[in-house]
Amino acid sequence: MSFLQYLINGISIGAVYAIIALGYTMVYGIAKMLNFAHGDVIMVGAYASYCVTSYLGLPAIVSILVAVAVCTLLGIVIEGLAYKPLRGTPSLAVLITAIGVSYFLQNAAQLIFGSAPKNFKSIVSMKALTLFGGGLTITGEVLVTIVVCVAIMVGLTLFTSRTRMGKAMRAVSEDRAAAQLMGINVNQTISVTFAIGSALAAVAGVLLCSTVPTLMPTTGAMPGIRAFTAAVFGGIGSIPGAMLGGILLGIIETFSKAYISTQFSDAIVFSVLIIILLVKPAGLLGKQIQEKV
Amino acid sequence: MKKFIALMLAMLMVMGLMAGCSSSETAAEAPAAESAAGAIKLGMCGPLTGGAAVYGTAVQAGMEIAVEEINAKGGLQFALNCQDDEHDTEKAANAYNALKDWGMQIMAGPVTTAPSNVVAGECANDQIFMLTPSASGVSVIEYGDNIFQICFTDPNQGVASADYMASRELGTTIGVIYDSSDVYSAGIYEKFAAQAEANGLNIACVEAFTADNKADLTTQVTKCKDAGCDLVFLPFYATEAAQVLTYANTIDYSPIFFGCDGLDGVLTVEGFDPALAEGVMLLTPFSADSSDVATQMFVAKYQDKTGIVPNQFAADAYDVIYAIAQACEKGGVTADMSASEINAIMVEQFTSMTFDGLTGKGMTWAATGEVSKSPMAVVIENGTYVGVE
Amino acid sequence: MKKLLKNKTVLANARIYLLVTLGFVVMFFMNNAGMLSSSWKGYLVPICVYISLAVSLNLLVGICGELSLGHAGFMGIGAFTGIVIAALLKGKVESDFLRLLIAMVGGGILSGILGFLIGIPVLRLRGDYLAIVTLAFGEIMKNIIGNLYAGTDNNGFHMAVTTTKMALGDGGKYIINGPMGATGVQKLATFPMGFLLVLFTLFVVLNLVNSKEGRAIKAVRDNRIAAESVGINVTAFRMKAFVVSAVLAGMAGALFGLNYSSITASKFNFNTSINILVFVVMGGMGNILGSVISATVLYVLPEAMRSLEDYRLILYAVVLILVMLFTWSPKVKEKVAIVSDKFSRMFKKKEVETNG
Repeated sequence: MSFLQYLINGISIGAVYAIIALGYTMVYGIAKMLNFAHGDVIMVGAYASYCVTSYLGLPAIVSILVAVAVCTLLGIVIEGLAYKPLRGTPSLAVLITAIGVSYFLQNAAQLIFGSAPKNFKSIVSMKALTLFGGGLTITGEVLVTIVVCVAIMVGLTLFTSRTRMGKAMRAVSEDRAAAQLMGINVNQTISVTFAIGSALAAVAGVLLCSTVPTLMPTTGAMPGIRAFTAAVFGGIGSIPGAMLGGILLGIIETFSKAYISTQFSDAIVFSVLIIILLVKPAGLLGKQIQEKV
Repeated sequence: MKKFIALMLAMLMVMGLMAGCSSSETAAEAPAAESAAGAIKLGMCGPLTGGAAVYGTAVQAGMEIAVEEINAKGGLQFALNCQDDEHDTEKAANAYNALKDWGMQIMAGPVTTAPSNVVAGECANDQIFMLTPSASGVSVIEYGDNIFQICFTDPNQGVASADYMASRELGTTIGVIYDSSDVYSAGIYEKFAAQAEANGLNIACVEAFTADNKADLTTQVTKCKDAGCDLVFLPFYATEAAQVLTYANTIDYSPIFFGCDGLDGVLTVEGFDPALAEGVMLLTPFSADSSDVATQMFVAKYQDKTGIVPNQFAADAYDVIYAIAQACEKGGVTADMSASEINAIMVEQFTSMTFDGLTGKGMTWAATGEVSKSPMAVVIENGTYVGVE
Repeated sequence: MKKLLKNKTVLANARIYLLVTLGFVVMFFMNNAGMLSSSWKGYLVPICVYISLAVSLNLLVGICGELSLGHAGFMGIGAFTGIVIAALLKGKVESDFLRLLIAMVGGGILSGILGFLIGIPVLRLRGDYLAIVTLAFGEIMKNIIGNLYAGTDNNGFHMAVTTTKMALGDGGKYIINGPMGATGVQKLATFPMGFLLVLFTLFVVLNLVNSKEGRAIKAVRDNRIAAESVGINVTAFRMKAFVVSAVLAGMAGALFGLNYSSITASKFNFNTSINILVFVVMGGMGNILGSVISATVLYVLPEAMRSLEDYRLILYAVVLILVMLFTWSPKVKEKVAIVSDKFSRMFKKKEVETNG
């Protein structure tokens, strides 16, 4: 029975990683940059939601909408001010800028909200399901997170395969120059990608803090790195890969804590990652790109 | 390339200028400094930014209140300068040096143990008196005879907790969750485990987490539940405790939760439902709900200043300033003395004096720098701390 | 022609050595004359450490084109090895300088061996996958060091990686105490040793870069397949750079560890790795002098901004972003050029007017 409980706990945190990883993977796939500020956008989303429910007393659903709106706007602003001017420069230059943005957001949050942690009230009001006479508990947050995660993945897959904008994204991801020649507005496509990625970050932030109630300026940093790992694990750039990577990472993390050692769980998780990358160098679902001379 | 080097060099020059004026600037900016011409200079460093900032800012606010009060009375005047160490050993050394440049005469810090290990080494070397409000690691006071603590040492708390559990027969099966990446938490656990064994307590389950994976503590709680623990020892801080309590509540797990002084403040985590902390026991020297007049006045002032209820860090910091002031007055310390002269007087005073503060009455210090005060066990009932005998 | 080229690199290298030596001499004499504040005295050794780290990482990132996010891991191995060696040799080796040197060499060697072992599987990967694996490696190292116990008792030296505290016999004294890290470390690090480390790092890296091997490494960076096709053993060169970089980081780590009376494993985390990477990228990838300058400037910058209190780190972030925009963005550069052009014209006009 405890096995099932661990599995559910693992899926629960894994699904949150998965949603964050989806944002990472989209931005990476299209803009070819590691957006290390993504984790901090999550934190901003969570604070936005917290403010709306706690200070304005509005219902949870409104807070999610506000969080999504705030993060989308933030994503567009960051992209326009910090990343767009650097388009076409080496990816490391953009990476360092992203780190600068990350520091900026964390410190700005501390100046605005203070450093004291806030306890985030879960947006899910559903009662936990208790099975097998109390042997197994599935919280409402777990169910909602998993449903949202699958919905986002399906939605994104449909969006990229069916809509005009989605197709443009795939084209830009495949070959930026060729896409431009075909009349696709590359700059606009990348900006839209950022907007979508940041909106996902807002959702991830609300769900992360519903599962793990502590909210402080550094809340997004560690889950951000975990999710980045998850995205690479699943094959960066691949949408189903991010989902799979996130959930697997959550399960591995929980199982290594449950059955091997809580002290060494970080080492175990990252060792598994290294082994998988050695066997499948492009991640679980990543495409091995043929190199052209 | 040339432009780049020019840019860098230009920045270097600007920095040089800033470094040049910063020493005078900080002195002017430090609160209370302007009112005091011949003030004794107190330095403090702690995490004012980053993940541990909540403790650093609490200490800063507690000290500022104490310094304002003392200066308003007339008599000895103090100036306080607080520097950020980001809870990092390397930055702590830099913060300490910045304080030395400012002319610090007494070190009233640092806040957390890891940076304190570095600063204590420097203070012992430079013969600057150091009294830390909250760095409870036993290694801190081992650096020299002039390093003092106002909080309990970690082993003390671990031993006291194990003794308390054994004498009250609180639990038959005990679980422990601790932060193995944190000096404070690991220090308490280590001594707790040894003492629990000596007392014949049955520890069924020991789970750890690290700063990197503390986002998810559900597994650790589930393991304690599976092991059938009816008492869970949580030697860490309120933030993580709020997580543990929230999750335990969702899976209907309600053993006795027992914590140390770090757990204090769990009731004041913004947005935390105090009902979840019902029945939690902790050893703490300070509770904000105490009927003590001095405590109530401090709590009111602190709330005025910061808008939140003070935790034990803030109270310890407040006591640190008053203890230093008392020692300075008795020892006849004046602002024109050198740091090492003051050091000698302070060491003599601290090993001989008795101090009454918010976090304990009749505190005394051993020559090792360790404080002697009695921990108080409190239990949370109806959202407030109630002392248990 | 060939001679001239050679002369050029020799000149460029001489310039780097000259600048570093000049910086050392000035600082050394100012320090001896008591002209430095405590803060600046405290910066000297860490600056040397970070210069070495930045230059050695630049070898990987700039020259080889491999993004590594785990440099702090090697630094940590070096630091803890150095601390253990220095503690064990206490009383056996009289000279502090020699003891420090042995500790640094030991830290470098162990870090290099681990670098080699890790390099075997890791260097099969490329690009961002290599980056994530180095990140993973850094985290694993941090986790293991955080559970490492080392100490001496009457029976000699003991070391263990365990979850429960290692017990020591009579007369036991811990050097590294698991999560509590190393405490009570004797501070051996000195500024002259830091300078020697910087010189050594520069010597190794510049020689490697300007040798035949260095050209091969750059060829691998610019076009791996083309390099392979002309018979360059790509893996061997990547491995060489990886190990050299690990050795230098380990030595720098040992010096760093012995500069503070206490250190914990959590210091060698992802943030530290990223900080070193920031030094490298800000200084210009592949530009050794750039790394030296930017490590110095960026180390001192946040410290010099202490008077800004709460706004210190947010301003540091802004500076970081602005410098990246000004040095890289084609558009911003263009605008800067236009503005400076206007200024210079204004001045010229004035000159003409006054002349006329």
